[in-house]
Amino acid sequence: MRIIKAEKIKNAVAQLCLKANFSLRPDVLSALKSARAGEKNKRAKSILAAIIENARIAKKERLAICQDTGLPTVFLEVGQDVLIRGELKSAINKGIEEGYKRGYLRNSIVPDPLLRFGPGYSPVVIHTDIVKGKRIKITVLPKGFGCENKTQLKMFNPTANTEEIKRFVIETVKSAGPDACPPYIVGVGIGATADYAVLLAKKSLLKTIGHRPSTIDPLTAKLLKEINKLNIGPMGLGGRATALAVNIEKYPTHIAGLPVAVSISCHALRSASVLL
Amino acid sequence: MHTKRINTPLDHRQIAGLRSGEEVLLSGVIYTARDQAHKRLAEQIKKRVKLPFVLKGQAIYYCGPTKTPKGKAIGSCGPTTSKRMDEFTPALLKHGLKGMIGKGSRDKEVVAAIKKNKAVYFLAFAGCGALVSKYVKSARPIAYKELGPEAIYELKVKDLPLIVGIDSKGKDVFEKYKHQYKTI
Repeated sequence: MRIIKAEKIKNAVAQLCLKANFSLRPDVLSALKSARAGEKNKRAKSILAAIIENARIAKKERLAICQDTGLPTVFLEVGQDVLIRGELKSAINKGIEEGYKRGYLRNSIVPDPLLRFGPGYSPVVIHTDIVKGKRIKITVLPKGFGCENKTQLKMFNPTANTEEIKRFVIETVKSAGPDACPPYIVGVGIGATADYAVLLAKKSLLKTIGHRPSTIDPLTAKLLKEINKLNIGPMGLGGRATALAVNIEKYPTHIAGLPVAVSISCHALRSASVLL
Repeated sequence: MHTKRINTPLDHRQIAGLRSGEEVLLSGVIYTARDQAHKRLAEQIKKRVKLPFVLKGQAIYYCGPTKTPKGKAIGSCGPTTSKRMDEFTPALLKHGLKGMIGKGSRDKEVVAAIKKNKAVYFLAFAGCGALVSKYVKSARPIAYKELGPEAIYELKVKDLPLIVGIDSKGKDVFEKYKHQYKTI
């Protein structure tokens, strides 16, 4: 049994908030740079250059990459041989509050979804997995709501083919259109239950993007190719770069169904992890 | 070709010459307002209550900035999705609002109201809040302060780079892609 103090978790979470919000993920930054290099549309190229410049300024001046610092989602992988001394949930929420206050990040969370009064920094959404071992992995994903609002779930018949799934993913990207800060990173969750498919779609956004097409599965490659023919482009003003990547997570499912969820991320896909 | 410079308050002469797709640099005072502020403004117009600022000739920026770091004029302050403001926009335009700054497309009613009231809708660099902050010289909350980031802030901007999204003739830069944005 290994003891980890809640205080240590709180401090780690606060650090992750700053890292995620100030420093764009290296894989996302390099995907943006390749998109700029591959873009023929002049306006699209210059918007991509502005997005890259934004990331540079944010990191250098410790400013939030985007003013929408999200409703942070925290993913925990807790080793079953870990004993947490102190209160885990409150340590995470306190860590978020501390990090967000220290970084002058935005208090976007309203305590009551209907009354919508008095925005604060917490509570955040926490997903916990119990895993083997004696370590804790913490990931903070401050996903903005412009793109969160474009999330879709569809319960397909188990006899549906991949063509139908492809069409659903593409229609979801089309309906996001110019509104949710393209170029997007398209997260797809296939299988499990309705709730879990949505979680899988979001979780897939944590996977490193920008692998060579030959190393990704054929469905991913096809989807990316077709999405990038839509000519939505950066800011929706046309261009090749409608999506930087498509990430798919699958899970076994029931004989009677085939849930498919799409979680779209804006180009400012921010996340940071630490292993304690 | 030089990028056109325009100043707030906006008048007919400045707006009439702008064409959808054109790049401009905007200077002067603009007011932030997003979801809750729009809801309140629309209610106040309906009840004929005096608004916290005179809309005539002004431009609203759909933005909720982060907190302001020490030594800076403002924090990260990019545009939010304009579409959510659509249901309130025609009433504001009728009341004299001349310009809007945001990201993404607008619905048919807004396009028609822009044309009718000879106003203009601009796009700011989307998802580039740190970059946009460089063009903001000062910021102060002037109304609905209890809404935090959703309060109305008066911003002074200098040469803020924008793209004309919908011009005063109702020409929409997103029109040619509209056929692709079918709903599911």
